Amino acid sequence: MNVFAVDLLQLLPLAVLGAVMGLDVVSFPQAMISRPIVAATAAGALIGEADRGLAIGVALEFFALESLPFGASRYPEWGSAAVVGGALFAMTPDNAPAAMTIASLAALITASIGGNSMIWMRRFLARVAQTRQATLAEGSGRAVVGLQLAGMTADLLRGFVLTLAALTIFSPLRTLVLATSTFPGTFSRAVVVSVASAVGLAAVWKVVRMTAGARWWLLGGLGIGFVIAGGLG
Amino acid sequence: MTTSPVTLPLLTRLAMTSRLFAIQGVWTYETMLGNGIAFAMEPALRRLPGGPLGEPYRAAMVRHSGYFNAHPYLAAVAVGALARAELDGVPAAQIERFRVAAPGPLGSVGDRLIWAGWLPLCSSLGLLAFGLGMSPAGVVLVFLGVYNAGHIALRLWALDAGWRDGLRVAQALGNPVLRQGPAHVARATALVAGIALPVAAQGIIGPGRALLGGVLAAVAVGAVVVTALHGKYEGWRLAIFALAAFVLFSVVR
Repeated sequence: MNVFAVDLLQLLPLAVLGAVMGLDVVSFPQAMISRPIVAATAAGALIGEADRGLAIGVALEFFALESLPFGASRYPEWGSAAVVGGALFAMTPDNAPAAMTIASLAALITASIGGNSMIWMRRFLARVAQTRQATLAEGSGRAVVGLQLAGMTADLLRGFVLTLAALTIFSPLRTLVLATSTFPGTFSRAVVVSVASAVGLAAVWKVVRMTAGARWWLLGGLGIGFVIAGGLG
Repeated sequence: MTTSPVTLPLLTRLAMTSRLFAIQGVWTYETMLGNGIAFAMEPALRRLPGGPLGEPYRAAMVRHSGYFNAHPYLAAVAVGALARAELDGVPAAQIERFRVAAPGPLGSVGDRLIWAGWLPLCSSLGLLAFGLGMSPAGVVLVFLGVYNAGHIALRLWALDAGWRDGLRVAQALGNPVLRQGPAHVARATALVAGIALPVAAQGIIGPGRALLGGVLAAVAVGAVVVTALHGKYEGWRLAIFALAAFVLFSVVR
């Protein structure tokens, strides 16, 4: 079997989904469909495994809690990344060794590259704006609208290329890892949950620690959460 | 209250509202969302004397496509206020002063209320819904429904407040929801996130609950490490190394 063979026809709809989710992060409409809990679930649903998409989406959401899009700060691009993670995990059979770990790792790396790609795109758009400076300086409404549409189109293309490239690279790598890894799937999930929950808990602490009394609300919530989790378990 | 007879037809208001969702369509480090402000105001500016070919329209487009930075949702306050000022014929110097003064408050209030409050709260609600066994469609609906109810209401209120008060819109930012809201939302986030984290974590682990003791110990140690490294290294970046090490180990052992 050639593990590096990739079914482009299967990846194209996912790349389109990644493009739409990537667009939502900043450009349009910022309705948070790009959050992992939504984007990974949508990717899983596209493959026919919405439950698995949601499971990894929740894990990635823990990570995403840490990097909120404050002002002009640099942050990872979770929209396209969650589609990559959701798709890779949904394509994998239940209990496959290291399945959630490799899918989460692929998503995190894609999120990092996606964050950088947004910076490159912003620099590119600044150059595009410079080339239209003369018409913008004349107060042309058409130039303003045209620039806005160019920006959104560029962002859509960025998400498409990023998702397609990430899936093309990580799909065969996932196959390779799954074929050679010996850890059971449950252990893989436990590792991802440990790392993701640690990052998520620290992120919530970072957000609420400045508010008077919030730490007690967090501790109280954790207590209630452990009781509920114990009951569900 | 401004007593100007200027009115905004429904279609113009709808056009502005829909464009607000694309206000960051072209975001650069030079002008930030400046072009988006002009883009969102443009339907209203067409009502200036002479229409889109007139000098007032062109002057206003040049003024508003320059640098402007604010929270993307609360930028609607500026869009409404500036459109009102332009149609009321407020002097350009006064409009420029507003453009310089408005971004700070619109940015900080929006960041605290939405990015540090409403978004983590809704995200935690989604995680909790998952942990309690809700279906994928249900979880997505809970998260998107609650988040966007607040998101869309805020954008609509912001545009309306800006248009109603014009350049005197600063008083709208004294609204109790904007002043005290972030603290209340932060406490609610702390409570819901606290409940959601263990419940959602046990939901993901699924059949591996026998490992829960080890997981809890790892989470406690990991959270302390990530918090201690705050400002130096981001947790999600550290996670890349941790997960890569695990994958490598699982392959070569």
